[in-house]
Amino acid sequence: MIINHPLLGPRDASEFTYLGDASLIDRPDPEADDAAKQFHDYVYLRDNPVGEHRELWFHEHGDRSWLVVTRNTLTHEITRVELAKDVAIARGRRR
Amino acid sequence: MRYSGLKVFLEGLTGNRGWKPVWRDPDPKQEYDVVIVGGGGHGLSTAYYLAKEFGVRNVAVLDKGWLGSGNIGRNTTIIRSNYLLPGNAHFYELSMKLWEGLEQDFNYNAMVSQRSVINLYHSDSQRDAYARRGNAMRLAGVDADLLDRKQLRRICPFLDFENARFPIQGGLRQKRGGTARHDAVAWGYARGADSRGVDLIQNCEVTGFRISDGVCTGVETTRGLIGAQKVAVCVAGSSSRVMALAGMRLPIESHVLQAFVTEGLKPVIPGVLTYGAGHFYVSQSDKGGLVFGGDLDGYNSYAQRGNLPTVENVCEGGMAMMPVIGRARLLRSWGGVMDMSMDGSPFIDKTGVEGLYFNGGWCYGGFKATPASGYCYAHLIARDEPHPTAAQMRLDRSISGRMLDETGRGPQPNLH
Repeated sequence: MIINHPLLGPRDASEFTYLGDASLIDRPDPEADDAAKQFHDYVYLRDNPVGEHRELWFHEHGDRSWLVVTRNTLTHEITRVELAKDVAIARGRRR
Repeated sequence: MRYSGLKVFLEGLTGNRGWKPVWRDPDPKQEYDVVIVGGGGHGLSTAYYLAKEFGVRNVAVLDKGWLGSGNIGRNTTIIRSNYLLPGNAHFYELSMKLWEGLEQDFNYNAMVSQRSVINLYHSDSQRDAYARRGNAMRLAGVDADLLDRKQLRRICPFLDFENARFPIQGGLRQKRGGTARHDAVAWGYARGADSRGVDLIQNCEVTGFRISDGVCTGVETTRGLIGAQKVAVCVAGSSSRVMALAGMRLPIESHVLQAFVTEGLKPVIPGVLTYGAGHFYVSQSDKGGLVFGGDLDGYNSYAQRGNLPTVENVCEGGMAMMPVIGRARLLRSWGGVMDMSMDGSPFIDKTGVEGLYFNGGWCYGGFKATPASGYCYAHLIARDEPHPTAAQMRLDRSISGRMLDETGRGPQPNLH
């Protein structure tokens, strides 16, 4: 698989390590009343969809940036690559 | 029809015209006591033990494709019970004991071959870890012996003992481990279940569950509604998709694992060997091909194929362990979709919906577990309480904190 890095251009997937579903960006609020349940679901439960999947890849053998890659889990086709930082800020996180 | 040597002999004299299909191809009835979703190894063995050991015969097994079309036909055929944790060790040892009597039990040649499994170690600390594991196995009633370099060299002279980076110092052996003929396991269970009245229904995809007031009363399928007192899901690889139909999210990711086989060679590998400094395992099939595999590709995937960097990585592991493998030509490679759970261990449990049961999360370990998985699942379905050896394989263990993490890697599915 080739991941089209937003800053560095097309790079082989073997330069990256994989973390998992990009929902890991949305860390629950530790002050919430049901924080324990929310954190359990955040750490352990996954949608694990067939088809389009937004996921976190780390460019370990490159610029060490985190990316959000939109990839099809049935065909391995990659349709979108974003910097995880941009995604996180767009979702209301500070960084 | 019972199989026997005499039957084979007589059929040989009469042109083999007497063999008949060994299971029926029935249309689904309107209602069953138990409907099993998934006609793979675990689903078929569940049906077999339900009918044979627990007296539940009004059972249907539904499969989207053909029987044994999933991971029972795509694995590397290894059977073993060399586990460390109590919640796993007794379960896999039950499985090993069932393997040992399987062929007599279901009167089918599954080619179970206890040719031993050896895990290699390459350092003092790894030897200590394996000594600990071997002791834990013995305490659980499993056989284990620690081989030093001299003993190992007698068994496997072709290994790269003097490897500069990872010299081989010895191995932990389970003599009763080995291999079995994977498809024949599915066929044997299918035949045994069918002959006891179980309906095996192929080309019948489950498209939804009929759930009202928290009780599951049947399944919607591409061949109509099928009522059931109990519905047992058993679809490892696709667990998340199927359980999503019942509104559940699981602690599971689907990952692709590749496997490989070389051209047929004369006997060279005496059992199953696993590399300790990387991830590589190899055995030799009765046809002579070297069957091997290694790590997951590492990303979520439902494609039954992987990518080339993993092929290279697996082959490097093979070359580091036994350079002789470099002379063999690769014949085929393929991929299977694994239910990778958060702690690397499986689930056999009830769900929050009454009458709906779940079996999945087998990671790499589904094939060797086939007999015990079916037996314990049948026990759970028939009696509504877990079999003692599978009592820790609960869906809520991430809430209760009773994780079954053999490798201690934490909730990161692609590392298990």
